[in-house]
Amino acid sequence: MPFISNTDPERREMLKAIGVEKFEDLLVNIPLEFLQNKEISLEPAYSELEISRKISKLAGMNISSSQANAFLGGGVYDHFIPAAVEHVILKPEFHSAYTPYQAEVSQGTLQYIYEYQTMICDLTGMEISNAGMYDGASAAAEAILMTVRKTKKNKVIICGSINPNYLEVIKTYTEGIGIEISVIPATSGFVDIQELNQEIDDETACVLLQTPNFFGNIEDAFAVEKITHTAKNALFIVCVDPISLAILNAPVEYRADIVVGEGQSLGNAQNFGGPLFGFLATSLKLSRTMPGRIVGATEDAAGKRCYALTLQAREQHIRRAKATSNICSNQALCNLAATVYMALMGREGLIEIAKQCTTKAHYLAAAITKIEGYKMAFKSPFFKEFAIQTPIKTEKIISQLKEKNIFPGIDLKPFGHENTLLIAVTEKKRKTDLDLLVSALQEVQNG
Amino acid sequence: MAKTIFEKNSSGRRGFTFSNNDVKIKLEDCIPQKYLRMNNAGLPEVSELDVMRHFSELAHMNYFIEKGFYPLGSCTMKYNPKINETLVRNKGFNDLHPFQQEDTIQGALEILFELQSMLAEISGFNQVSLQPVAGAHGEFTGLKVIKEYHTAKGNTHKTKIILPDSAHGTNPASVVLAGFEVVEIKSNADGMTDLQDLRDHVDENTAGFMLTNPNTLGLFEKQVKEIAQIIHSVDGLIYMDGANLNAILGIVKPGQIGFDIMHYNLHKTFATPHGGGGPGSGPIGVREDLTKFLPVPLIGKKRDKYFLDYSHEKTSLGKVHSFFGNFLVNVRAYIYIKMLGAKGLKRVSENAIINANYIMKQLSKYYDIPHKDIYCMHEFVASGTWQKEKHGIKTLDIAKRILDKGFHAPTIYFPLIVSEAMMIEPTETESKETLDEFISAMIEIAQECLENPDLLKNAPVDTPVKRVNDTLAVRQLNVKYDGTSQDV
Repeated sequence: MPFISNTDPERREMLKAIGVEKFEDLLVNIPLEFLQNKEISLEPAYSELEISRKISKLAGMNISSSQANAFLGGGVYDHFIPAAVEHVILKPEFHSAYTPYQAEVSQGTLQYIYEYQTMICDLTGMEISNAGMYDGASAAAEAILMTVRKTKKNKVIICGSINPNYLEVIKTYTEGIGIEISVIPATSGFVDIQELNQEIDDETACVLLQTPNFFGNIEDAFAVEKITHTAKNALFIVCVDPISLAILNAPVEYRADIVVGEGQSLGNAQNFGGPLFGFLATSLKLSRTMPGRIVGATEDAAGKRCYALTLQAREQHIRRAKATSNICSNQALCNLAATVYMALMGREGLIEIAKQCTTKAHYLAAAITKIEGYKMAFKSPFFKEFAIQTPIKTEKIISQLKEKNIFPGIDLKPFGHENTLLIAVTEKKRKTDLDLLVSALQEVQNG
Repeated sequence: MAKTIFEKNSSGRRGFTFSNNDVKIKLEDCIPQKYLRMNNAGLPEVSELDVMRHFSELAHMNYFIEKGFYPLGSCTMKYNPKINETLVRNKGFNDLHPFQQEDTIQGALEILFELQSMLAEISGFNQVSLQPVAGAHGEFTGLKVIKEYHTAKGNTHKTKIILPDSAHGTNPASVVLAGFEVVEIKSNADGMTDLQDLRDHVDENTAGFMLTNPNTLGLFEKQVKEIAQIIHSVDGLIYMDGANLNAILGIVKPGQIGFDIMHYNLHKTFATPHGGGGPGSGPIGVREDLTKFLPVPLIGKKRDKYFLDYSHEKTSLGKVHSFFGNFLVNVRAYIYIKMLGAKGLKRVSENAIINANYIMKQLSKYYDIPHKDIYCMHEFVASGTWQKEKHGIKTLDIAKRILDKGFHAPTIYFPLIVSEAMMIEPTETESKETLDEFISAMIEIAQECLENPDLLKNAPVDTPVKRVNDTLAVRQLNVKYDGTSQDV
């Protein structure tokens, strides 16, 4: 049998040592009526060669974005990943290790997490970062729960320009526990500041703003912060794209209290939307309400610097029902990929990526809006993603361009915006790729 | 101790190469000055070789499955087949975007559809959602199913979830996160759910009951039928924490013995790597009438075409993940199940059970094993009470000494109902020789408690660092590198 070491004679020897004749004797504590007398119904076992063929075939039935000229974003982005990232995360020392509870034999994991936390703090300007959440959506949801715990208030204001999938997850996390969610409209592509001003009051636990938002637009976080902090004790949560932080304001500049976001862009592939990882950083005064693992520097018995999990009194394995979160398994290996990625890129590399994304996105937006009938859906500064109003049904454009192996973007119709195409551009795009999309759109228009 | 990557910084060093930006636009013409960052983020500047040496140095300080035995109870640290890693590294998966059109993702959807069916078949449930990405995430999702079930009936008074005192910490934490109250009941002298205590705590407000089976003592909870009767009589639902599914593959189908909902830990039972803490995958299975509450989308199939099925959106509990869960982890589990087949999966559980009983038997003279008279399933719980009472040796000391012997330590101080607990789970992938070596080491340690207790109190000594001071890590909270040299 694959992956099982012991042979039949070894099994018999062990059964004998246990003092039973046959395996079934070990099941005496299971009621007979519970025991299956029928085999599980599955295909016969595949050999390694057979499964390799099958998986290649299945993967080949997908048309991946590397085979097409793709402009898809909406929370998952096609950034370039240097080869070294993969080589590090494939090291079995990281790959097949358990959660670093036994610190003496887990210093490798603990130290990279400490370095990861430092990098997230560098990017956001915050004082403390945890070591990962499931994704940007659950990080945002858990940040909201932090503020509800901290302020003991139950009104949560969400700026409506947030990724709609995140909003769905937030609703799942906040429903039925006495939290009142108020979503501020963002029909113009960014949050309606007037509405926010009217909605906020002293019952507000937090305001959550995504910037760049779902539409790629850069929100005026300074203005939202000002309004948020007029309410007594209300906390300001921002959800950010980590790549954008190389050039856009660090959240500390606009006095964010909690910073969350999707970390996939940092060295993790698109992987059909998973695994992803969420990051969450905040100030030290909120540290004891944080969810998730945190690593701290400490000393060993010989006084040597080393690392250990810290503030564990917040976690489920210690606090059970009183824990700040139920999170246990997280996305550690994705955090490692991000750490290696950020180390390779360094401060200059990340800036270059962010610049290339921005300038290429702006070049493309300008070129598309020169085509008759196409215009910017919203009037706001944007980062690497932007929404275009299309003269014909967006789904029609998408299906026509698919024939040319171009995935032009996301149809925003399901999210309440008719004839609107959300286009994402990363540093991987060459001018020729951008020009190809423009001419393809021209032909749709003409045809 | 290794320097941090920040201490290896050398201004101007590069770990990347870039294509020239062939678009000639200035950043300042794209984004208003007001939104541009004032100071650059302080990421390190290092070369690719610096990076590779750094992470190799860190890697050397880790324990991992391919180095040795990991008897971590409840964690199922089995070997992670290499073929999984080769096969998931395919552009047809890695470069697949979740917002692609359905006809461009048919291969991915077929895998997910088939995995849903295989997991349902393995456990006897009607339908499976692959969206939860971890066991605790599955618990939360399953509890939300319970909530939707009662809400749909207008039963808003169903606010309490009962669980035994032997439950994993995630259970009560998930209960609270899902908006229920926790009611904890006792285990009986046999380590099973105390039926009388359960009856005493069940009332019309009971929304459900959570049970790990085999339980965290490694014992099969044989009173499932009675428990189901008690809980179902007040219209509650029974949730099975499937952390220990590795013990019952092909032996018992939880969905057929009274459980209504269960989560799977694909990173335990189905051999996907733990990755130093994740990513895992925690799908849930449910009985037929609960299918309509599962997260959207499920994966459907119509006339040979696979699709994202939102048809139950109105009754669904919503979404628990940005997209479709940990796809790439799910592909690994798919490969594993395909390679094992029905016979292989049953063999997995058989050998996991044999391995655990073999160790339990050999150690029973040297350590207090509270339930040694009952054959265990895939794991068992030993206790360090003899060593503590006679020699003042704590279980923590024993665990640290195990590290010196070249093994990972068992799960310690859990479950909470056994004092000085050491939870030992060998898994089926370990050979008899490995188990024999571990048994010898454990016997040696029991001997050392008598002869040289200092060896234990000072352990570990043969590890990359000596015993780590956890309290200092909290007292002098230092959670990011602040520029002072750490090269002590």
